Amino acid sequence: MSIQETRKTMSMLPGDEVRQIMWRYSDRYDVQMAVMGARSVARGLVARLVADGERNTHEWTAAKNTMYQAFDDSGITAAGLDTSYGGIIDGPRNFALALIAYELSWVDGGASTTSLVNNLALAPIVEKGTPEQKERYMTLCCPPQPGEDRKTWRGAFALTEPLPYVGVDTGVLSGKVRVAEWKEGEEPMLQVEKRGRFITNMEAANFVTAAVDTGDERIKSSCMIILEEGDEGIFDRGSPTLKMVHQLSNTCDPIFNLKVPASRIVGGYTIQDGQIVPNLNHSEIIEAVFSRTRVTVGVMTAAKLLSAVEPVIRYHRTRFRGAVGIEEGSPRYDLGLQMKEDALHRLADLWATGEAASSLGFETTRLYDDITPIEDQANAQLAEAGINGGRAKMKALREPQERAIECIQLMMLPEGERDESRVQELYDDVMVRYVWLDAITNVLCPACKLWDTGHGANMLREAVSMMGGYGITEDCPGFLFQKWNDAQLEATYEGPEVVQRRHISVTMNNPVFLAQVDLWIHNLTKLAAEQPESGAAALAAGFEMWKWAQKYLSTAADASGARLYRNQRQGVLFPLTDAIAWLVAARSLIADVQELAQQGADHPVVGTDIKGYVNTFNDLCNIQSARAAGEVGRICAELFYGYVDNAEQTGGAAAEFQACRAKLDASLAGSKLAKDRAGKALATIMIPEALDYPA
Amino acid sequence: MCSLALVPADYTQMKINQMENKTMEGLQIVVCGTLVPDPLQTLEPVTTPTGPGLKNETMLPSVLDPWAAHSLYEAANLAKKVPGSKVYLVSLGPKAKLQQLMMTVAQKVPFELVAIDGTAGGFTDAMEVAKTLATAIEAIPGLDKTRLLVFGGCASASRDAGVTMQLIGEQLGITDQFVGVDEISMSDDGSFSVLERIEGGQYLASTCAGAPAVLAWATGSLPEPPNNPQVGMANMRFVMPALQKAQPAAVGVGGINFEKSEVPAQKRATRIVKDVSADVIAAEIVEWIKG
Ligand SMILES: Cc1cc2nc3c(=O)[nH]c(=O)nc-3n(C[C@H](O)[C@H](O)[C@H](O)COP(=O)(O)OP(=O)(O)OC[C@H]3O[C@@H](n4cnc5c(N)ncnc54)[C@H](O)[C@@H]3O)c2cc1C
Repeated sequence: MSIQETRKTMSMLPGDEVRQIMWRYSDRYDVQMAVMGARSVARGLVARLVADGERNTHEWTAAKNTMYQAFDDSGITAAGLDTSYGGIIDGPRNFALALIAYELSWVDGGASTTSLVNNLALAPIVEKGTPEQKERYMTLCCPPQPGEDRKTWRGAFALTEPLPYVGVDTGVLSGKVRVAEWKEGEEPMLQVEKRGRFITNMEAANFVTAAVDTGDERIKSSCMIILEEGDEGIFDRGSPTLKMVHQLSNTCDPIFNLKVPASRIVGGYTIQDGQIVPNLNHSEIIEAVFSRTRVTVGVMTAAKLLSAVEPVIRYHRTRFRGAVGIEEGSPRYDLGLQMKEDALHRLADLWATGEAASSLGFETTRLYDDITPIEDQANAQLAEAGINGGRAKMKALREPQERAIECIQLMMLPEGERDESRVQELYDDVMVRYVWLDAITNVLCPACKLWDTGHGANMLREAVSMMGGYGITEDCPGFLFQKWNDAQLEATYEGPEVVQRRHISVTMNNPVFLAQVDLWIHNLTKLAAEQPESGAAALAAGFEMWKWAQKYLSTAADASGARLYRNQRQGVLFPLTDAIAWLVAARSLIADVQELAQQGADHPVVGTDIKGYVNTFNDLCNIQSARAAGEVGRICAELFYGYVDNAEQTGGAAAEFQACRAKLDASLAGSKLAKDRAGKALATIMIPEALDYPA
Repeated sequence: MCSLALVPADYTQMKINQMENKTMEGLQIVVCGTLVPDPLQTLEPVTTPTGPGLKNETMLPSVLDPWAAHSLYEAANLAKKVPGSKVYLVSLGPKAKLQQLMMTVAQKVPFELVAIDGTAGGFTDAMEVAKTLATAIEAIPGLDKTRLLVFGGCASASRDAGVTMQLIGEQLGITDQFVGVDEISMSDDGSFSVLERIEGGQYLASTCAGAPAVLAWATGSLPEPPNNPQVGMANMRFVMPALQKAQPAAVGVGGINFEKSEVPAQKRATRIVKDVSADVIAAEIVEWIKG
């Protein structure tokens, strides 16, 4: 018998215990409870709102408004707050918030946005606010405790403006802040004029964190400033955006013209030579905020991909039941469309994408949780040395970057040949860890936002097609059509794909990141030798191809002699960013499956079927790695040959390219067999009798 | 004195004493309830080496047995009304699965968990289960039977022997037992009245002089409380230690030999009718129900 026939496959879709191991929160009961709280709201109230047709209007209805109370009651609101202000998750909570977003988005992306946007509004304050600002707004945003009589405050985040300015290029703002009154010895009062476009949560917001430029020579720079509903002047929520997606969130085009004290400048200010100097300009704050919140948006699309698997299986499997002549027990009765290979293969692709997208998202949020305290320590060390950001900081980080690279290179030496104490010393160094994690997150975050939402949207279209005509109806179980449409917004807000590509096109050149790629190649190659079924070989080859192309292109010129590797040449850089995003997503999945294999065997629930789980997950890894490697091969070939008039012009590099490409192609060996096995698993996997939320 | 039960004399005296002395101390409400497979899952009977079971049983996601869940919510509600009361949840089930279940259940209402590590399968023998639960209840530190109300479901979504609560009562020597309860109303003197479901959509109204008593609940009238993370965090301080020290219990199918187990057959008889009023359709359905 061949491996195809004998290998045990997954017998049930992965449950909570499996996810807790893969996504590393088996021992976090606070997080598990937050997940359950979010799930009960998602599959209860939120699902009913969608099923009742509440999405059929962009108006903010009373029924939609009930979500806020449900979020408050179930701990979703409090999950975004520090425990000292009534929060329920201790320490950095990027990961926990991502899991909550995952649960809500499993049913509806708009509901997820409604919960997350409050965190987005608070994020400038949480990340960079003064202690007084943190205290005031986190306290107000905390749902009242028993015995307290007050309303929970909601927030909105206002960056985007009506045309012609702020959009993708967040640098140019029309909103302005000026000095309104400045009495001797008193706090200056500021006049803030800001018009917003597409501002989420505006129907309910009691406060807004708004990005404004200086419109007064007595204010040194742009800043983010907090506006409140009761401030003197105009707080006009504006008309609702005529959205065709995410109708369970509210979005408006507000107008503000308000007088506020200067203490509302996020992060505070100093007075220098008669000028108000904000401690942070708006870009510095936005960078800190988006770097974390964007990952969660990627996770939202990921959840929808995984949520589509069960409804598609059920539809396909029961497709012909009840028809005349389809006898119970016959293959057509039992398997329905799952008799057809293409139906199974396409679903396997969708599933693998959802897995990789989730793994990438959760790994990135965990890295942000890791880096948050380390970043604080590193900044404190730098501040002690008199370095407070800007160029001086970049210069100061060069030395730890070199040590990070040294550490990575040592880690690639065989055990016994490397100086373990040196590795440990480097690894434990705060500055080394900081620059290392920073280099990785600076690629993984935009990659997650870009790939999860962009490619995810494409794959959700596939999911809709798999449901045939049913897919485009309101009755489609799992709300797949809405999920597909919603993904387009997820790919757009908090920075559309172009912004993520621009971001990666800079950060992928960080030498620490490039060293990390070498380490990944090293580890994947080792894994491929030990466990050929893991899909690691194709991924290692994909990374090698990418690395080769990145190096080659960074010095190559086109047919006319113009340099290829320049900011303006988005045609060169952007495909490379897409390629690395494919790769890191597939890598995160392999890492999670390895974790499951190691931790799951002894687990009292998962252990009984660990072989089945790991085998099928390995098959999904294979599918995803092969697909990623295939994309990388195609992209690199286009870039390598696409900028010369004829192939000969590539000269001596051609042989190297072809060797690399040939290795990559050969590494796809077995990937289609893996897809066959994943398909077989999909045809036999046990699913519940019915979806656990109304449709 | 319960209106219906035949009460031995010393027992009556105990009640009278308790009426006089104990009522203001609050109740000890012990809820017996454990997990059942999520009813939306595919439940396929199979034969395992240890007897009958369900396909992929260990991995099936579970929920708190719905009838027991109702009794838990009623217990919490009652405890809130009677100052000084405390709720315990006594659960016999696989430890790891109980832990998972607690991530939701612990967020519902305040309780202290007493966990027993053993099977919660649908084919266990009610007598063995009752013995195990009664022993666990007896072992609760500070248990005071004069303040004890034992709650549970009158039925179960998986076992449904319909006798477990009564057997627990017998083991504990509590003979005031109410089955199919939908309501309990406490008086200040510790006596209470109970509504029990009986045939024909009627209630049997009883009064009882006071604890101890066993109440096997039907659905009660309370909705499932929303998850409250603060309650969850407070409960977890006791849940995790309780799970860690959960004693294994060898509960099985007893001496029963199951010949066969199967899910009830589904019958689907669809007839498409057009241009017929709702009244006519309703009348036809009524006729069909009447047989
Ligand atoms: C429903 C909804 C809710 C939103 N909520 C909020 C909110 O709460 N707060 C907030 O501040 N904003 C919010 N936004 C705004 C959102 O973040 C922006 O729409 C988004 O960042 C894109 O900006 P834009 O629409 O102006 O697109 P544009 O800037 O016009 O970009 C459109 C496209 O042009 C191309 N392009 C633009 N610049 C470049 C470039 N340099 N290089 C190459 N190509 C380029 C890209 O293809 C890009 O996708 C929301 C938007 C929507 C639709």
